[in-house]
Amino acid sequence: MGNKQTIFTDEQLDAYQDCTFFTRKEILRLHGRYHELAPHLVPMDYTNEPDCKVPLSLIVNMPELKENPFRNRIVESFSEGGDGNLSFNEFVDMFSVLSEMAPRELKAIYAFKIYDFNVDNFLCKEDLEKTLNRLTKEELTPEEVELVCDKTIEEADLDGDNKLSFADFENMISRAPDFLSTFHIRI
Amino acid sequence: MFCNFFRAQRLEEASKLSSWKQWRQSTQRTLRRLRDEAQEWLSSLKLWRADIHQIEGMFGTGILSYFSFLRFLVMLNLIIFLLMFSFVMLPIIIAPKLSIISSSTESNCSKYPSSARRGLVIFHEHITDLLSGGGFLEQTYLFYGFYQVNQIHFPNIKYNLALAYLMTTIAYLFLSLIWIVKRSALGFKRNLVQDEDRFQSFCNKIFAGWDFCITNENAASLKRSSLLYELRTDLEEERIKQKIADRTRKEKCRIYLIRFILNIFVIGVLAGCFYSIYVATIFSQEAQLLNIKVNFIVDLMYEYLPSIVITLANFITPLLFSVIINFEDYSPAFEIRFTLMRCVFMRLTSIGVLLFSLWSQITHCKDETCICGYNHELYSCWETRVGQEMYKLTVFDFIIIVAVTIFVEFPRKLIVRHCDCGLAKWWGQQEFSIPQNVLEIVYGQTICWIGTFYCPMLPAICTIKYFFIFYIKKVSLLKNCRPATRPFRASSSNFFFLAVLLIGLALACLPVSVSVAQINCSQACGPFVGYNTSWEVLPTAVSELPTGVRSVIEALSSEAFAVSFFVVTCLAMFYVIALAGAHKKVINQLREQLVLVSLALSIATFLNSKTEKITSIQCYVVAVHYV
Repeated sequence: MGNKQTIFTDEQLDAYQDCTFFTRKEILRLHGRYHELAPHLVPMDYTNEPDCKVPLSLIVNMPELKENPFRNRIVESFSEGGDGNLSFNEFVDMFSVLSEMAPRELKAIYAFKIYDFNVDNFLCKEDLEKTLNRLTKEELTPEEVELVCDKTIEEADLDGDNKLSFADFENMISRAPDFLSTFHIRI
Repeated sequence: MFCNFFRAQRLEEASKLSSWKQWRQSTQRTLRRLRDEAQEWLSSLKLWRADIHQIEGMFGTGILSYFSFLRFLVMLNLIIFLLMFSFVMLPIIIAPKLSIISSSTESNCSKYPSSARRGLVIFHEHITDLLSGGGFLEQTYLFYGFYQVNQIHFPNIKYNLALAYLMTTIAYLFLSLIWIVKRSALGFKRNLVQDEDRFQSFCNKIFAGWDFCITNENAASLKRSSLLYELRTDLEEERIKQKIADRTRKEKCRIYLIRFILNIFVIGVLAGCFYSIYVATIFSQEAQLLNIKVNFIVDLMYEYLPSIVITLANFITPLLFSVIINFEDYSPAFEIRFTLMRCVFMRLTSIGVLLFSLWSQITHCKDETCICGYNHELYSCWETRVGQEMYKLTVFDFIIIVAVTIFVEFPRKLIVRHCDCGLAKWWGQQEFSIPQNVLEIVYGQTICWIGTFYCPMLPAICTIKYFFIFYIKKVSLLKNCRPATRPFRASSSNFFFLAVLLIGLALACLPVSVSVAQINCSQACGPFVGYNTSWEVLPTAVSELPTGVRSVIEALSSEAFAVSFFVVTCLAMFYVIALAGAHKKVINQLREQLVLVSLALSIATFLNSKTEKITSIQCYVVAVHYV
């Protein structure tokens, strides 16, 4: 079976393998990364499913997320209360959805959550403006920002309510050829 | 969250399944994992995987697609060479000398003076021979003229080498076509489904524009500035579209007049370039035939005159076109495409002009008609001569690429980095211009396709050439270039590369088919001695087949079959187009339904907040009723 590890029980590893897109080795490696974020917080022994969460500020400084303009929103969307503190399950979930093997529909669900800054289940104009400003570090003029947001809503809004519901978003994403290759973090 | 949900679902399902179904599910899962691991192992064997990964990380997916295109061409050329080798060269190599029946006829046309150098050979003449394919290289496996073999008698079978030569030519052109079409099918489908590329340009950039894999600070700021540039370009496009829509009649007339004049100018420039290529070829041929020897360098220049003129023309015309397009007032995206089309036309047609001028020389005799169908006094083996010209083009192309990298790009980097003068600021750091680089390698590949018939080892030379070009371009990219300020979209760039390659293939098939079917093959060398044209091998071979097979083949090549095949293909095409139209209609209908559903839901939420008796499902039924 290989070297005996004492971090997880075999059932736990099987369960992780089943409900994420990672192999056993990758899950153990992820645990290593999770542990080194906060060595004093995270126990090495997960067999009795401890309830510990690593705070947002530590996760957001990971090299994979450091340069991402949406790092705060990504971590918040995967946390249970929206506060950004992730348990190990949520940590694994996050990288599983962002991995190469996750299907488009799953990624679209989480992409919608990430871009929805005010968490009202719609991408309204303010959400789009915030997204655009994060992307370009506020180097567009306000008129340009407004024009771009108007055009975006015009392109994707199908039901005419001047904001994007999840159905609009998913329909638009299914037509975006680069989405699968860009919405992907390698860990 | 999702983890727990999946786990509960899986446990629930597992308890319901019988043990047989459980076992089947677990085997399917293991097989799937094995297949994924096998695929990963296979992809790790791909040539240059690590290099391309590195380039992708630093420069993005546009430049990545250029390098994977280069890798594709290396593979393609290798396969073409293996094809030629196994069917044409290998039988000659392994057959014992006595079983080779050489083709020869006794006539005036079959005199082939040897071009090997006699007596004391000066060293630089070897180099001239190596660079021009003449002298000691002429009577080798390199060129058509060496394959003066008609049939090979193996113990049990008669191997018709002439037929094999012709069929291999057709086979490699066909194979290239199939491979390119297969590779471009995905990109084409995507382009067709989303017919307008500007369809969702803003949405794509905002929601799918940032590459989440970026971990490097420099790469992040580069990505940011390129996104900014793209957004600004798109806004500019919108503004120009608006401006075009607002144009008055008078302005339209003025613009059309300017465009007409400029297009005439462009045609004039192209005609001038083609004429100079023609003159250069004629001059070079005469200098070689009359054996004018001045000194080493000038001799080499006479040999390479057509290549030099073609390269100069291909260097000046893109600059000219990019200046002209500014006056024609098109939208930015169309400007790029139109300039590219003009450059593609220029590059690929210049090879055609070269071949045409060669053939006009070959079929032009002093008296009215040529006895052998070609000028046998000057060109006793004209295919070898054409092969030598193709060989020279390939070699010169490679030399130019290396020379430009070493003598232009490196100094440019040094000047820009260390010198603070106005020249450095204006010239700027080198940018990796994807379209021009792609045109360069498609040009080389077109030469390879045309030249393989006359120079069977050319694909091997091209494989080695592209192999080295990969490393040269990679080093130049990493050391000299900064990422382009005009980013090239990856999803459409693959389609663009393969479309240009297909145009090159089409343009390559034309000269090959003309020379095989129309021009009399030389009677002094090559496998087709005794036939009028190279194509004649095929009908002759067919007539020697048993009656059954022969009648089938004759039926296949008859007009009745051709017409009915054409009609069936047209019908199939119409069917597929109709299917696509029907799918589009369905998509529109579904889109309308989506509107209705969200309308219904919003009515339901509104009403629900007022009275709690009406359910949302009843509302949906009501809304759909109004369709």
